[in-house]
Amino acid sequence: MQEMMKNRAKALLADGTVSRVIGWRRGEFSYDVTPAVFETAEELERDFVFDAFCGANVSKYLIRESAKDGGRILAFLKPCDAFSFNQLLAEHRVRRENVYLIGIPCAGKADIDRIKKAGIDGVLGIAEDGEDFVVSTVYGEERVKQADVLAERCLACKSKRHPVYDELLGEEGEDLPDDVRFAGVAKLETMTAEERFDFWRSELSKCIRCNACRNVCPACTCENCVFDNPDSGISQKTAADPFEENMYHIIRAFHVAGRCTDCGECSRVCPEHIPLHLLNRKFIKDIDELYGTYRAGEDDGTKNPLTSYTEGDAEASVVRERGRA
Amino acid sequence: MNSETLIPHAVVVEDVRIDTPDVKTFRVLTREGEKPFDHLPGQCAMISIPGVGEGMFSITSSPTNRAYMEFSIKKCGHLTNWLHMLEPGMEVTVRGPYGRPFPVEEDLLGKDLLFIAGGIGLAPLRAVINYVRDNRENYGDVQIIYGARSKDDLVDYAEILDEWQTSPGVEVDLTIDREQAGWAGHVGFVPNYVKELNPDRGKTVLVCGPPIMIKFTVAGLTELGFAPEQIWTTMELRMKCGIGKCGRCNIGAKYVCKDGPVFRYDELGELPDEY
Amino acid sequence: MKFLKRTDLDCFLTAAAEHRTIYVPIDEEPNKSAYRRYKPRTPVSQGLKTTRSAKDFFFPQTENLVGFRIEDKKIKILDPRTEHEDFAVFGVRACDARSFGILDKVFLSEPVDTYYQNRRAHGLILTMTCRRPAETCFCTAFGIDPASPEGDIVFTETADGWYIEPKTEGGRDFLAPLEEFLEERDEGGAEEAKARTRETMEKLPLAGLKTDSFGGGKTKELFDRPEWASLSEACIGCGTCTFVCPTCQCYDIRDYDTGREVRRFRCWDSCMYSDFTKMAGGNPRLTQKERFRQRFMHKLVYFPENNGGEFGCVGCGRCLASCPIHMNIVKVMKTLSEGQDEQ
Repeated sequence: MQEMMKNRAKALLADGTVSRVIGWRRGEFSYDVTPAVFETAEELERDFVFDAFCGANVSKYLIRESAKDGGRILAFLKPCDAFSFNQLLAEHRVRRENVYLIGIPCAGKADIDRIKKAGIDGVLGIAEDGEDFVVSTVYGEERVKQADVLAERCLACKSKRHPVYDELLGEEGEDLPDDVRFAGVAKLETMTAEERFDFWRSELSKCIRCNACRNVCPACTCENCVFDNPDSGISQKTAADPFEENMYHIIRAFHVAGRCTDCGECSRVCPEHIPLHLLNRKFIKDIDELYGTYRAGEDDGTKNPLTSYTEGDAEASVVRERGRA
Repeated sequence: MNSETLIPHAVVVEDVRIDTPDVKTFRVLTREGEKPFDHLPGQCAMISIPGVGEGMFSITSSPTNRAYMEFSIKKCGHLTNWLHMLEPGMEVTVRGPYGRPFPVEEDLLGKDLLFIAGGIGLAPLRAVINYVRDNRENYGDVQIIYGARSKDDLVDYAEILDEWQTSPGVEVDLTIDREQAGWAGHVGFVPNYVKELNPDRGKTVLVCGPPIMIKFTVAGLTELGFAPEQIWTTMELRMKCGIGKCGRCNIGAKYVCKDGPVFRYDELGELPDEY
Repeated sequence: MKFLKRTDLDCFLTAAAEHRTIYVPIDEEPNKSAYRRYKPRTPVSQGLKTTRSAKDFFFPQTENLVGFRIEDKKIKILDPRTEHEDFAVFGVRACDARSFGILDKVFLSEPVDTYYQNRRAHGLILTMTCRRPAETCFCTAFGIDPASPEGDIVFTETADGWYIEPKTEGGRDFLAPLEEFLEERDEGGAEEAKARTRETMEKLPLAGLKTDSFGGGKTKELFDRPEWASLSEACIGCGTCTFVCPTCQCYDIRDYDTGREVRRFRCWDSCMYSDFTKMAGGNPRLTQKERFRQRFMHKLVYFPENNGGEFGCVGCGRCLASCPIHMNIVKVMKTLSEGQDEQ
């Protein structure tokens, strides 16, 4: 797939369809790839990489990149990245005409933390071998099943289908059932309020307020976030007490409700491994149940059920009743 | 436990003088009626209103003034809006003094001095001007070129007219940006006025004002033949601690709060262009 | 040489905890640990590093500096400082141990930061050699020997326990009441363990990382390098690298009104944040490129310039492991060094 992508990118650069390519640049080890913009075939040849560790969602960078003049940018989007892009399009945050989208298939991305959790460290290189990763380390060679080290969001994948693209590389996939995806939320729902509160307190108390979840989130695109604005009256630089720890994440979850495409970047980047996706997924599940199945990023014209009124909308009393059940 | 510089002292605002539509000068004293601490001209202090915030301001009064300390503050943000609501008798906190002063007892001794200020930029220079006036025998001629948007925006206008212009060996050249009724003096921007006045090349220059004004003034001075080693200025960047530890006011390896705010122009030239 | 058997660690720490509070790394999940107050029979993490560094012990993420209460229109100043309790941090690695020296240069230089000084005066550092360094480790680039860490007591780890060497008066006092848990062993085992650590370090992918292109006085060569643009292009401007870093010490000071009093607190801040240098009148670091450059210039040029050549990085590798987009000081150093060679 990497070679196909490289060749296609070079061809589109050569024929002038695009002037830049956003992809992933090779790192020091096998897993530390960095999103990068490539401008020449030589750069692509030298540094462009696409493998199981290219999990970073590049669609948010397209806000900045599509605002630039000087030609279109080529972006390779995995299905979940394409949902994010489409949602940004719906919110008029990207200039579609400046982006050329190639949908690429995704079999799930590996999570280096899961490899490390298996006790593997001193990584020198990771190679794919059939269904396994062969990890060479300073302490010897290790073998893990790829399926065992997939990122959580990939185990709970919502769709292998690209809701938007200009062309596709490889086979187009299909939507996947939501039961796996909502299993974590369903488990939280069976807890008592106290248990749930304790669960979130224990998780959110780890927060170091690095803002990685917010800054990486494709739905968090405010020019000036309330938490950064000294005039907002609630700007906070640190979670000085439990209340503030909670509020930051709760306010953020509310703000992206109905717009979050469940790309899972928040949980991927959290240095403290807080399962932030559960907050967003709870909203998605509730929206599905109260207003009918809805996928943010499904198409660029869909009205978010939380911001569009219909006569059949769930009344406040209905929401409350269901919350009680 | 040792004393801690980050813990400030409460002081009483003794007097509030309205200088211009957006500049007020605050006179502060300890509750015992004394000057809060000693300083050198060009040094700063952190002033705060608890609950609102803390900010770095240059001390406008001269160290030779033993009775009180003054700060001329322009209204331009959250904290300064609150400071402008202060009335005599109210309290604020101060800590300091911080930073490197103008070298009044070293490089400036015996020199002819040229002060160039724009707008609120007169505030840090006022301490030096009055220090020099009070130690007149130690310095040569003094020329002050001061400009503001309008006559009403000239800070310390009364002091300039009543005291500076009448001081022996002190020349004051005022200018405002645009023609104004009741103004018979010079009209035009400071950098141009400096070139017109064509000051003597032997003078040591102290310049302070908005960054853009400093830039053009220094360019003009260079054109006239002044060397960067003859020019002193002050910098202003966002500060929190005032003691070179919180990490935000650096230009390259220098901290404005600790290694500045006063810099000689050739020293600034050695620093990266990030201010 | 004194030796503590692995099986005796719990008794040793339990007895030590009677004299002062002990903090140890505890596993929160596999390969993820954090310092916690030691409680008897809690297993100590076998992992290499805690997710957060040990700087929190001396420079916590948030702390009150001063309080204010308005009484009769007068401002009453409340000094919140109290003498800190005695404590010891167990299992600190050589990188983190060095970081305290770097923080000391900031906080203990005049005017001394008494909040930091207070904690530092009451804290003992019990360091441990690294048996299984990770691929992200590069402490040796900064002259740190993970087989011979600084600290009040050095624990040289072997398969069945630790050789113990007190290095300071405080370390010796700490061990005095704990002699019964230690046995005498030939120090050959310690030397063997140290040799193995050093051998492993040489095999790691970042062994041989060069610092020649950096240091005090290099501002002019490095500040305007074009590579900053591509290095910073993917940076999302979060503070992860800053907050997991053992040497990052920039802070913000803010006021919080509790209703009864105003608390002026300080909290960690990050030069990567857009509002870090923002003023009413403008911002000298307008884009992420300038903010990104500041972080690395500070560690690799400005800090050594002001501190006798010492770099502001200890090579712990936390930023390599935590950065959401895997951009880090190693990539910066390699890219700028390579460009240097070409010039």
